Amino acid sequence: MSQHKKSQNFLSKLKTNPKKRFSEDSVFRTIVALIACNIFIILGLIIFKITQGSWLSIQTYGINFLWGTTWQPFPSNPNTPPIFGALPLIWGTLITSAIALLLGVPISLGIALALSEFAPKNFNYVISFFVELLAAIPSVIYGLWGILVLIPFLQNDIYPHLQAVLGFLPFFQGTIRGSSVLTGGIVLAIMIIPTVSAISRDVFAAVPNSQREAIIALGATRWEKARIVMSYGRSGVVGAIMLGLGRAVGETMAITMVIGNSFNMFTSLFEPGSTLASIVANEFTEASSPPVYISALMEVGLILFALAIVVNASARLIIWRSTRKIKEVEMF
Amino acid sequence: MNYKIVAITEAVILIAVTAGFAVYGMYFTNQPIRLSGAGATFPAPLIQKWSAEFKDMTEVQINYEGIGSGGGVKQFTEKTVDFGASDPPMKDSEFSATPRTLHVPITIGGVVPIYNIPGIPKGLNFSGQVLADIFRLNITRWSDPRITTINPGVTLPDAEIIVCRRSDSSGTTKVFTSFLSDESTTWRATYGAANVINWPSQTVGGKGNPGVATAVQQNPNSIGYVELSYALESNISYGTVQNAAGKFVEPTLETLAAAASAVSLILPPGDTSWASVGSYFNLHNVEGADNAYPIASFSYILVYKELNVRSGMTLEKAKALTWFLWWAVHDGQHYASGLSYVPLPQAVVTHNEATLRMITFNGQQVNDWT
Repeated sequence: MSQHKKSQNFLSKLKTNPKKRFSEDSVFRTIVALIACNIFIILGLIIFKITQGSWLSIQTYGINFLWGTTWQPFPSNPNTPPIFGALPLIWGTLITSAIALLLGVPISLGIALALSEFAPKNFNYVISFFVELLAAIPSVIYGLWGILVLIPFLQNDIYPHLQAVLGFLPFFQGTIRGSSVLTGGIVLAIMIIPTVSAISRDVFAAVPNSQREAIIALGATRWEKARIVMSYGRSGVVGAIMLGLGRAVGETMAITMVIGNSFNMFTSLFEPGSTLASIVANEFTEASSPPVYISALMEVGLILFALAIVVNASARLIIWRSTRKIKEVEMF
Repeated sequence: MNYKIVAITEAVILIAVTAGFAVYGMYFTNQPIRLSGAGATFPAPLIQKWSAEFKDMTEVQINYEGIGSGGGVKQFTEKTVDFGASDPPMKDSEFSATPRTLHVPITIGGVVPIYNIPGIPKGLNFSGQVLADIFRLNITRWSDPRITTINPGVTLPDAEIIVCRRSDSSGTTKVFTSFLSDESTTWRATYGAANVINWPSQTVGGKGNPGVATAVQQNPNSIGYVELSYALESNISYGTVQNAAGKFVEPTLETLAAAASAVSLILPPGDTSWASVGSYFNLHNVEGADNAYPIASFSYILVYKELNVRSGMTLEKAKALTWFLWWAVHDGQHYASGLSYVPLPQAVVTHNEATLRMITFNGQQVNDWT
């Protein structure tokens, strides 16, 4: 049976029974709406369970949990209660993510621009394939590679020179350690490249060709064309960066393997540190007692969750504001 | 419509094959006896080797999950496994919750200081006091006189020490910090002994034994601590540690066995609390421990003294379990050194024999092995 005949048949069936058609429509709509509502239920349950789990810790430590700089589940004197404060973890998460963005975003945008504006088609396919392959590598493999390949290389061949040149800055002083905050940031930078570059490439590809033709017709250079494309796709790029940031903030396995896992309010990037995700990965498996210990780890999860919400919400806000701006520009 | 026929045929074949396997499994094989255990990760490779060998001999299938000592004690207390395993003995509070628990030491573990100092081979001397001072960053350079006086004839570099330690919650940390707490009052007051402690912030944490070993190998002039079997199997320098008799002892399978032999004189009966044995063997008041390596400990299997407390237990299963344990502490020990585990000395085996004879099912002794 030909495809054409099939669809005609289908249409004629529909026409004969319009009432049934509409009832089917509403049933379908209800089902799909229910499936969509699941997302609220799942999200709600997660928030509820994490909050419930961390309640004991919230009650015990209150807001001080956010400022505290001591993490001592088993104090040396068994009669004193355990102490938990998450500030060094928040600090570690923010700084490693910032390094990741600082190093990862320019590279990602370069890749995306090369793919959408400069590269020949065949080359384009090859590069896209490898960038997407980078996204498919499990994070534990990044961690292993970080320990076995990246750390020795950075420690012996890069960090000493970095310290020689930038050693006057407080971030690059002190003993050089391979397992450090800087290494953590560099691994994260590599990990966010596929996310940021793939989305930015799609954003740039979506810029209408008429824009490119217009600017070239005005005698612009390729660099000027690229700038127009970038400014046209700005909101999408910000969204891509925020998604990359989301990945960097929540990344667990790879960073645990390279950051040095020390509860430390570091000033130098060569010092070991910890992130919110890494302490949960390290300590959750055997945290059976005291109950407040598990609760404190849950609260760390809650902070991570809140951070993710803030990152995503601000991404939305930026996208919304910049698209509005573009629309305003288009009106004139 | 060829593809429809193909799809239906495929589905039919798939169902038939699956059903065939199920029927075969149900009717044509003997139902094997299955036992389950969970607990410490340190003895897991040894227990898994035992269960493979034991299955070849007896068809009894033993599933052991290495989930950590804490989890092992928890599951054992909740009676969701046939046996538990733990590196430290049960605490008094845990023991009073399940008073009819038998402690069966099955192998010996040791914690070893490892280091990476360019040009210095293995065998550097450490005392408990010096280790405590290094790990709390009170000794910061290898050339510190506290290190050089116990290492005459060794030229140590004037380099900063990078301290590496476990970042994950670990029994190895518990054993090591318990030793440091007993050796140094400052350590005890500042850091204490636990699976996770509040380490000085400038120390580097690695996940698991491999994490610490890699951190030490990558950082020149560093020190760390790992499980003995890990130090023996990876190509890394490790030190000797001064024992209670004042001798610097190299960690080997023999010196760990010597520690276990020495401690066997003061072991409590199998059905009482073993909390007094502690996280490691404190041999300060024990005679004849000259060759004992000081940071050694048992790893235990925990068994119910009366097996009917575990639901689903039958006499057949009870016999299989006791037989397995008896075999593990006797013939099973031959597999230990091949996997870099320390075989139990005879004195401990004899102690275990008495313990295993206490096991009953519905009030009857399960096996008497006369």
